[in-house]
Amino acid sequence: MNETILKVEDVHTYIERHHILQGVSFDAKADAVTVLIGRNGAGKSTALKTVMGLLPASKGKITYKGKEIQKNKPYQIARMGIGFVPEHMGIFAELTVEENMRVAMLVENDATARRLERVLGMFAALRKFWKSKAGNLSGGQKQMLAIGRAIVNDTSLLLIDEPSKGLAPIIVDAVIEAINQIKERSVVVLVEQNFHMASSVGDDFFIFDDGMVVHSGRVEELTQNEELQSRYLGISKGVTSNG
Amino acid sequence: MAETLFKRWNRELTMAGAGILLLLPLLGIQPKTYLTLTIAGLAMGMLLFLVASGVSIIFGLMDVLNFAHGALFAWGAYVGFTVFQLLMKWVEADSILQNLAVFLMAMVAAMVTVAILGIILERVVVRRVYGNHLFQILITFGATIVLVELIRVFWGPNDEVMTVPRTFSGNWDIMDVIVSKYRIICIFMGSMVYGIIQLILKKTKLGTIIRAGVEDRDMVQAMGHNIYLLFTGVFAVGAGLAALGGVAMSVFSLQVYPDMGGTYLLFAFIVVIIGGLGSVTGSLVGALIVGLSYNYVAYLVPWAAAGVNVLIMIIILLIRPTGLFQAGK
Repeated sequence: MNETILKVEDVHTYIERHHILQGVSFDAKADAVTVLIGRNGAGKSTALKTVMGLLPASKGKITYKGKEIQKNKPYQIARMGIGFVPEHMGIFAELTVEENMRVAMLVENDATARRLERVLGMFAALRKFWKSKAGNLSGGQKQMLAIGRAIVNDTSLLLIDEPSKGLAPIIVDAVIEAINQIKERSVVVLVEQNFHMASSVGDDFFIFDDGMVVHSGRVEELTQNEELQSRYLGISKGVTSNG
Repeated sequence: MAETLFKRWNRELTMAGAGILLLLPLLGIQPKTYLTLTIAGLAMGMLLFLVASGVSIIFGLMDVLNFAHGALFAWGAYVGFTVFQLLMKWVEADSILQNLAVFLMAMVAAMVTVAILGIILERVVVRRVYGNHLFQILITFGATIVLVELIRVFWGPNDEVMTVPRTFSGNWDIMDVIVSKYRIICIFMGSMVYGIIQLILKKTKLGTIIRAGVEDRDMVQAMGHNIYLLFTGVFAVGAGLAALGGVAMSVFSLQVYPDMGGTYLLFAFIVVIIGGLGSVTGSLVGALIVGLSYNYVAYLVPWAAAGVNVLIMIIILLIRPTGLFQAGK
């Protein structure tokens, strides 16, 4: 049985006065891609931000590699080896691609240089536009940069929020390919509404609805359960979803 | 068509426009007087830049409106004044080395003292009101009252005369153009500070992280950087720049007084609004616009001098509400 890397237990999160997460529990196991799916506003992105410490958990426990992290600050969580790619990608538009990568590098040594080479091998466009302003990149290139930044450190857990959002299908396939490569080295927790992507890369799933986890299991079970897809993901029965 | 042309030649057109505006006062001023006024305007602009750049950096990275910046400026002036008093022999000595040494010591002492004050202010007061502009204005305004009253306690309520180091006083007469020595020093000092800030922001990793923080603080944190430590450091640097401005301005205006910060804080806010909050280059350009226009208008239409900067600010706000430069530049 796979070791649990991240365990989120009965977590509640408020944004101002709104009770967004209402006792969310999920976990991410080693050597697996965990997909958090659900409709807009279900609390998936809030869950990732809470794990990352960007939103405070008012109640509940978040354990990473056996250590409670819900009281830690985001920079401390990042330094434990958790990478984060937010929904809006968080690109520093006024900085060059090189500067974006440098900001992401916590240490600049041989190991980081090797990881950078791997990132540039995975995303050739970043090498091409190395000295260009990140704000001038296309949507797909920005997503590549966002993912590249998150894995340039020794990242053992990668949290990615809707990497397929707003991207052309061909770019989505490139992102799927990248995540399949990343999952060989890091545990991945992916928030995704694109069922094609979720089913292409995911191993375990958790369905979010109204700030709670309402179903979980193996992704192959979800792909066969049209009732569940219809009820929580808005996919019509008998329709093959491709985003 | 016109829009495309403007986009393509944006920089050139802006430079040409700025050049025309800069030369416009020549229509009503003799060239020699124009040169004297230009140097005076550049010096005033550089002094304002020293004050405004701190306000701008602090707002750009931390989203904090620091109304206590003027009081920190006054503290800098008073610490400089104290160093001058203690080493008056060096101030009055007929030696450029001693004059320069006492001036540098005054600046370093002021910057260190006020940077420490800035750290205390950020940790104790400002940190509690991150993200709330109204509270920031109120609490830093309160801090201003405390800091100014402390000046009255330590140095007394009266105006004091600031002595100019001997070799800095007087003028040069270059081909009938009268050039004040200290104004040249101010221009040099402002240029140096701008150069150093740009070097740090553009060429060091810390500077790159600060520029990234101006764009997206959460993301910088999520990349493993302690943004709060960065905030404290930037606040201390901003306070140090205010102190540097305080020392330089007090030698320029030949006096120190407890409320001196308020006057220059108003100018500093005009400068950063014109230049764009969060932009160091914007602060420099804004400060030069304010300094030059004030001097030209004060000569041509003295009664309008006080209002010209507000007028420029209004025009720029109407055309470009975010100021001339983007944050992080």
